[in-house]
Amino acid sequence: MRSRIYGKLGDRAFTALLVVLGLAVMLVAVLLAWELASGGAEAFRTFGFWGFASGSAWNAVAEQFGAWPFLLGTLITSAVALALAFLPALAAAIAIAEYAPRWLAEVVAYLIDLLAALPSVVYGLWGIFVLVPLVRDRIEQPLFLWSAEHAPALMGVLGPPTGIGMLSAVLVLALMIVPYASSLARDAIHMVPRDQREAMYALGATRWEVVRRVVLPYARGGIFAGVVLALARAIGETMAVTMLIGNSGQLPYSVFGPAATMASLIANEFAEAEGGLQLSSLLAVGFLLLLLSLAVNLIADFILRRMSVGEGRK
Amino acid sequence: MEPLRMETENLTVHYGKSVGVRNVSLPVYDRKITALIGPSGCGKTTFLRALNRMHDLNPIVRIEGRVRLDGEDLYAPGVDPVAIRRRVGMVFQRPTPFPTMSIFENVVAGLRLVGVRDRERLMGVAERSLKAAALWDEVKDRLHEPAVGLSGGQQQRISIARALAVEPEVLLMDEPTSALDPISTQAIEDLLAGLKEQVTIVIVTHNMQQAARVSDYTAFFLNGDMIEFGPTERLFTNPSDPRTEAYITGRFG
Ligand SMILES: Nc1ncnc2c1ncn2[C@@H]1O[C@H](COP(=O)(O)OP(=O)(O)OP(=O)(O)O)[C@@H](O)[C@H]1O
Ligand SMILES: [Mg+2]
Repeated sequence: MRSRIYGKLGDRAFTALLVVLGLAVMLVAVLLAWELASGGAEAFRTFGFWGFASGSAWNAVAEQFGAWPFLLGTLITSAVALALAFLPALAAAIAIAEYAPRWLAEVVAYLIDLLAALPSVVYGLWGIFVLVPLVRDRIEQPLFLWSAEHAPALMGVLGPPTGIGMLSAVLVLALMIVPYASSLARDAIHMVPRDQREAMYALGATRWEVVRRVVLPYARGGIFAGVVLALARAIGETMAVTMLIGNSGQLPYSVFGPAATMASLIANEFAEAEGGLQLSSLLAVGFLLLLLSLAVNLIADFILRRMSVGEGRK
Repeated sequence: MEPLRMETENLTVHYGKSVGVRNVSLPVYDRKITALIGPSGCGKTTFLRALNRMHDLNPIVRIEGRVRLDGEDLYAPGVDPVAIRRRVGMVFQRPTPFPTMSIFENVVAGLRLVGVRDRERLMGVAERSLKAAALWDEVKDRLHEPAVGLSGGQQQRISIARALAVEPEVLLMDEPTSALDPISTQAIEDLLAGLKEQVTIVIVTHNMQQAARVSDYTAFFLNGDMIEFGPTERLFTNPSDPRTEAYITGRFG
């Protein structure tokens, strides 16, 4: 009798604790959004919400601020990085979960997870000292010279082959998000029930056919969740991108040339912002970044609900 | 003597250091139903899965002895287990519809594997297989709906239809009715009798009445050994081993 009462009391106390903690987290999130919105209010008032979001000038001297180049920069870098990272990440997940011998799978999985644990400033440094020279000398300059001779029209699209710019930033970003996409895909593949696989084997399927027709469709929810996580990560990534992208909001962007993202803009300008309208505009960009992340998550959640198989569905 | 379809000779299946079945020699006669009975854990599933090389998927399993299909050893070097599984189909104890596929796609999944694309042919096979599995009337208007929306019994008949669609020569069934209600069980038992005109069937069952009703031959397993094999009627009416008698009269198991 006693223990039951204790149990109930314990349950209640625990529930109350959870509710309080949950509310606290939500409160912090709301406060954060509120701070950004109120900090950015001046910019939104001056240019209008859509005017600010779609304005393409960013000029502290002329006090003209528009977020469009940075919004575009964020969308392009994260979408391209995701496109580059997705197949390698999925291939690695499949190899680890389905093909590699146990010891090798563990080693590779560990190394991939380690990629996620590296601080992003390390990626930035590696990018500057290793990747940028490589990209510049091996990819950008040869392509640029080639286009100068054969297709001059392409030169504008390619942009200055200095190594610092969109291409290097996207490549590093892709590398950084591989572990996010890969480890969720791996977990999802591991969770495909054995009897599902066996049922397909019993029909005379090869291992690859089992992967393609049973494992991947069954795991698609988790694979998609990994994609979303990777995308969210790419959208918010700041340090490495700031170090590599060249930080220029000058439209139009080119493939090799400098660009900027919302996160890189904030990191780059916040410290020396003069206050007033510039600071408010930076906070307004932060607010837009928050909205973008929120939108990605909401859309992803909606799609995920329709995609999930098994536990998620019932 | 009846013509043989499959046969095992001194088949032993090891799980790591323990043994699943030991030294089993069993004939599987062509287009007959062979039932495997015995108490839980006696090795029925272990034995059954050796007949289409399903144990290949489990690295700890080691197999000794021979399993022959039309006289050829399944475990001889160079034999492709994928080809074997196309000829020797399997229905599992729990229904396993593929949740991302429609009823139709579930049934023709095996044909897709061999590259059949022709819509009409697929539809023909789906209809024939679903009729054979006594499910056609219940699903013919919802073939393109997800198979996971069906009841457990219907899902199990989907699994059977799926196995039949590839026209296996031998069909292995591991307690196909253990999760089903009496009416679905009846439907499946009825379909077995019709199936054996084309297919050789090996069926594991916990239910002795079922074995007695549907099978032509019965093998009784106990603790990894095959104790007795014979025509079903003889085995049930006049068992030669006292342990078989004890089991079929319900004194243990
Ligand atoms: N994957 C496995 N790994 C290790 N041991 C196993 C494995 N599968 C079965 N065994 C063992 O092999 C023996 C035979 O098991 P099996 O599943 O073949 O019995 P069964 O007759 O099918 O039983 P049931 O009627 O409960 O399905 C048991 O002792 C079991 O513990
Ligand atoms: Mg079993």
